[in-house]
Amino acid sequence: MFKDEKMQELKEKMAAWEQSLQKSLEKRPERKPDFKTDSYIPVETVYTPLDLEDFDYLEQLGLPGEYPFTRGVQSNLYRGRLFTMRQYAGFGSAEETNKRFRYLLEQGQTGLSIAFDLPTQIGYDSDHSLARGEVGKVGVAIDSLKDMEILFDQIPLDQVTTSMTINSPAAIILAMYLAMAEAQGVDLKQLGGTIQNDILKEYVARGTYIFPPEPSMRLITDIFAYCGEKVPSWNTISISGYHIREAGSTAVQEIAFTLANGIAYVDTAIKAGMDVDQFGPRLSFFFNAHQNFFEEIAKFRAARRIWAKIMKERFGAKNPRSMMLRFHTQTAGCSLTAQQPMVNIMRVAFQALSACLGGTQSLHTNSYDEALALPSEHAVLMALRTQQVVGYELGVTDTVDPLGGSYFVERLTDQIEAQVFNYIDQIDKLGGAVRAIEQGFMQKEIQQSAYEYQKEVESNQRVVIGVNKFVVQQDDPTDLLKMDPTVAERQEEKLKKLREERQGQQVAETLKKLRSAAQTDENLMPLILDAVKAYATIGEICDVLREVFGEFQQQVLL
Amino acid sequence: MAEKKIRVLVGKIGLDGHDRGAKVIAQAFKDAGMEVIYTGLRQTPEKIVETAIQEDVQVVGLSILSGAHMQLLPPVCELLRSQGAGDILVIAGGVIPKEDISFLKQAGVAEVFTPGTPTGLIINFVKDHLS
Repeated sequence: MFKDEKMQELKEKMAAWEQSLQKSLEKRPERKPDFKTDSYIPVETVYTPLDLEDFDYLEQLGLPGEYPFTRGVQSNLYRGRLFTMRQYAGFGSAEETNKRFRYLLEQGQTGLSIAFDLPTQIGYDSDHSLARGEVGKVGVAIDSLKDMEILFDQIPLDQVTTSMTINSPAAIILAMYLAMAEAQGVDLKQLGGTIQNDILKEYVARGTYIFPPEPSMRLITDIFAYCGEKVPSWNTISISGYHIREAGSTAVQEIAFTLANGIAYVDTAIKAGMDVDQFGPRLSFFFNAHQNFFEEIAKFRAARRIWAKIMKERFGAKNPRSMMLRFHTQTAGCSLTAQQPMVNIMRVAFQALSACLGGTQSLHTNSYDEALALPSEHAVLMALRTQQVVGYELGVTDTVDPLGGSYFVERLTDQIEAQVFNYIDQIDKLGGAVRAIEQGFMQKEIQQSAYEYQKEVESNQRVVIGVNKFVVQQDDPTDLLKMDPTVAERQEEKLKKLREERQGQQVAETLKKLRSAAQTDENLMPLILDAVKAYATIGEICDVLREVFGEFQQQVLL
Repeated sequence: MAEKKIRVLVGKIGLDGHDRGAKVIAQAFKDAGMEVIYTGLRQTPEKIVETAIQEDVQVVGLSILSGAHMQLLPPVCELLRSQGAGDILVIAGGVIPKEDISFLKQAGVAEVFTPGTPTGLIINFVKDHLS
């Protein structure tokens, strides 16, 4: 990229500069023994063209919207449309969350993102004994299509896209959404949105699994095939590194394990007889924006380039859309502190900026009070305003990939890519992501990184403002969100009424048909849709599948 | 003679899958010379108590970030008492609002550790209480 004689001259100058640097270090010693990123990649004093000696612009970066998509998946990125501002929300009952959704849309949010409570995510009705204490806590309680109808009351599904953090029972929740869209008269061919539907990272890092890997993978590919035909604009999966990072991984591990899981999904779908270019364009991703600013930006860029190579070279995709890694980003929940919580607003802002500079398609910014409780309405508004400042005021959205060509960022991008491919090779040798997870490989790697991180904080090698530096005594904010203690009761009453009012015979028949189809390899989506429309509950449908598929038993590792 | 090792059960109670904190504290207990029984996810109060008694632990450390602490932690203390194991030290950690802590302490939880607590402080708390 640079002329040979100029590089030679630079090399000589650099050698002299390094000598003078050594001298000045005697007077100005460095404040740390070594500088490194969160993935332990060493950071040098300065980066120059010498760090990118073999750099091939077209091969490594290309132009925006072109292979290998390092600079982004769209040719004009945010000049066309800003990232979707999508705040993850949900608590209590469908009635309360519907109010929060409508509030967020009024405040300029451009997409919805549903948080479900744990019983819903694990396929238990609100009146199940294991749902004790959990109903409506970390998200909204959805037992049946009835709740979903309340949740979307007065929200036109042809005007918003909705992202749903649902994994094991993704097919059921998607079926509810489709049933509702049909009832609203929305053309399913136009319906946009995302289900997370990423079971592998549940086994690794998030914990809301129900069934063992094999039937879980089958449900996922059933959804790929069904949507490919009936709901072609739907993002059928959001392959997620977010929770892997939250569980304590490094940036490199986040990308490596996520893309390894992605490879497993593609493999499974191809084995089920699908063409990679048929489902490839509908795969989407979800990453974390953490504290180490430049490493995060490089991480997003590297992820795009690596996935493009995997889809093209490993799977022989022909359609460029199959090679495009489109992703949602959420700022790092685990970086928020309970101490001096207002400082979190700053952390979130910088993380949001890194996601924007990394070319994210949509963004959730965390609320400053989330280390203390579920976010209050004014904290959510502050978080939304933060990303609006990044999107509308800073000018960083006016050109595509503004850090492309930075010696430092390009060098980091290359280093992350190399380390990620190393991990992917290791996982391939273990027999792929599913086997690697069964053997606890990813879990152990993450656990180790999490423990290192904690030790660094406790030994003050890693500064966390308010926790190990600039500590002050402060009371917790008094305006935290209070949960309505009657949610569980209200859900139980609704369930009772539902079971009285619906056609019991129809419920029983649809469930029976689902049970027999689950024993074959018939696509289960149409049968789940029938059961949902008969107002079968999520618990009833999951119980049928539990009977046929069995339940996943976590391997306890320490 | 070597001092008898402290036996600790570290558990995730309820449906919450956030196990980073539980695993970090379990590892820290181990490094501090304790014997650790880690239960993994999705434990009920009944299951925790059964394991605690079976494993003859002196300490039960429960991690919960889902907000179900008010419903799930008191039954652990009650069950331990009713099964003659009320001397087992119960501690908890997670996203637990300050205003809930006095209720949990009345119910029998010896201490509640909130986000940002150094592991060393928890280890010292356990050692002090058992000495």
